[in-house]
Amino acid sequence: MLKYIFRRVLSLIPVLIGVTFIVFSLLYLTPGDPARMVLGDQATEEAVQQFRVKEGLDDPFIVQFVRYVGKAAFKGDIGRSYVTKRPVSDEILSAFPSTIKLAAFSVIIAICLGIPFGIISAIKQYSLFDSITMFFALVGLSMPVFWLGLLLILLFSVRLGWFPSSGFDTFSAMVLPSVALSAQVIAIVTRMTRSSMLEVIRSDYIRTARAKGQTEGKVIWRHALGNALIPIVTIVGLQFGHLLGGAILTESIFSIPGVGRLMVEAIKMRDYPLVQGGVLYVAVAFSIVNLLVDLLYAFVDPRIKAQYR
Amino acid sequence: MNERELLLDIQDLTIHYETEAGRVRAVEHLYLELGYGETLGFVGETGAGKTTTALGIMRLIPSPPGAYKGGKIIFRGEDLLAKSEAEMRSIRGGRIAMIFQDPMTSLNPVMTVDRQIAEMISLHRDVNETEALEQAVRMLEVVGIRPERAKDYPHQFSGGMKQRVVIAIALACDPALLIADEPTTALDVTIQAQVLELMKDLKRQYNTSMIMITHDLGIVAEICDRVAIMYAGRVVEYADTKTLFERHVHPYTEGLFNSIPDLEEDRDELKTIMGLMPDPTNLPTGCSFHPRCPYAVESCSRETPAFVEIEPGHRVACPVRAAAEKNGKERAS
Repeated sequence: MLKYIFRRVLSLIPVLIGVTFIVFSLLYLTPGDPARMVLGDQATEEAVQQFRVKEGLDDPFIVQFVRYVGKAAFKGDIGRSYVTKRPVSDEILSAFPSTIKLAAFSVIIAICLGIPFGIISAIKQYSLFDSITMFFALVGLSMPVFWLGLLLILLFSVRLGWFPSSGFDTFSAMVLPSVALSAQVIAIVTRMTRSSMLEVIRSDYIRTARAKGQTEGKVIWRHALGNALIPIVTIVGLQFGHLLGGAILTESIFSIPGVGRLMVEAIKMRDYPLVQGGVLYVAVAFSIVNLLVDLLYAFVDPRIKAQYR
Repeated sequence: MNERELLLDIQDLTIHYETEAGRVRAVEHLYLELGYGETLGFVGETGAGKTTTALGIMRLIPSPPGAYKGGKIIFRGEDLLAKSEAEMRSIRGGRIAMIFQDPMTSLNPVMTVDRQIAEMISLHRDVNETEALEQAVRMLEVVGIRPERAKDYPHQFSGGMKQRVVIAIALACDPALLIADEPTTALDVTIQAQVLELMKDLKRQYNTSMIMITHDLGIVAEICDRVAIMYAGRVVEYADTKTLFERHVHPYTEGLFNSIPDLEEDRDELKTIMGLMPDPTNLPTGCSFHPRCPYAVESCSRETPAFVEIEPGHRVACPVRAAAEKNGKERAS
């Protein structure tokens, strides 16, 4: 198992170098001079030239790339923001707590609601409960998050004044964004749980459990759920990884200082180091979540654990 | 019908599935008897309703779409169809246990085998978790699996071993009736023999009555005391094994026996019963077998044949052949 984890972590290295390369070349090829962006229109040609030399912007592409990767790998230095002059890693780290809180809350809400609703829908397939749940899952899935977010703000902050409409520092401020962001995740988890359970419930070992004289509740809880979990874990993991990359729309609507908003600002300002750092962070976050999901499989299914050697 | 004490007496059982394609008459007016300590062979083609009957006895028919449309299942003098779900739960596993067809899929893949056996024991015996697990390991030894494999998962066992585990689960609480639904069909031939031998031994050891669902007349000859032949949801012939092999009367039974290839005979083609199994949503009128029957007379398409006793313990649902048999006997005497 440890060996497996070690191998997986090693295999992250080429992924990260690949991601960096792609982002690096994209930004390199995009028109626009970062020196001008940083120094402004009033700067003299001389100052611009000085900046280009200082930042190594005139070096060949490959030299710039290798320098960037080298610094990142050995010093943990992924550059300084052109705009704020602070280290990119600091910028991301200060935006990270809001993003991870938002992602975690949304996913927890989705698990707590989606899994039970999915299970009951599957057990009572074609019942009224099932139809209603599936209807709301469809609504949740198709409702754009910016629309839902605005509706929530209108109702709960403007009309009722129960929750603040922006910020993310108090618990009550976290409620609306988490709810808005989780709607889609709830819908996805519910549908996945339902279909996974439907498949498992019809399997032979469920019949075996019933033939033992086991109660229906325990048949579902002990036998069906454990087997239905794999696809649910997969989808929850993917959603969580996705949200860690920053929920750009939600963060914008509720003015949350998260990674998503940071990235949007950086792209607008052509703040190359920050954009690169941000994308790198998203790749790392996603890969780590994926690794955790794969490790979770081993606990859920002994057949998969047997393959982790 | 005679003095032997019946463990199971199924009378006029009818089970239908309501599907979009129509009403599937899976089991129609079925009669079946099983005495204490006996093994009954339950023979019929795929789709004849054997498994539905077995699940029907366990009250495990998925509902909807399945529904009991009549009849009685008398087990130890009490009608199972009148029992509450809670009463049925203590009967399932505790009094009546079932071995399923495919051992590859009938064990929970994410649970160790000892826990799967222990679950059965905890449900029906007054023991704590540790004792249940200890008894589970003993059951594994009974079916010939070493105790050190108890903590293994099903995927670590071969097909034959898995079926042994399934048997251990079924026998763990010493059931009065064991229903084995084609327990060897999914196994290869050498393993089949081992598993059958094991079941024979255990049946004797535990003094369990057994219903052996199969379409293999060889298995019937080897381990069954009595045989019921099922066709399109009904039992068409019921007799003790010797009688059935020597003096079967129903044309369908005759067809089954004729289709066994004879080693002495040099033939390129297998003998078959002409025609196909009828569509269970649209059974023929009268006797369901009449379109395929070489003895059919005009009345066969009109009248549903009664299930009559032509000699003690031998019942047939074919008036035409039953009459011919009777005449033949009278002429002989």
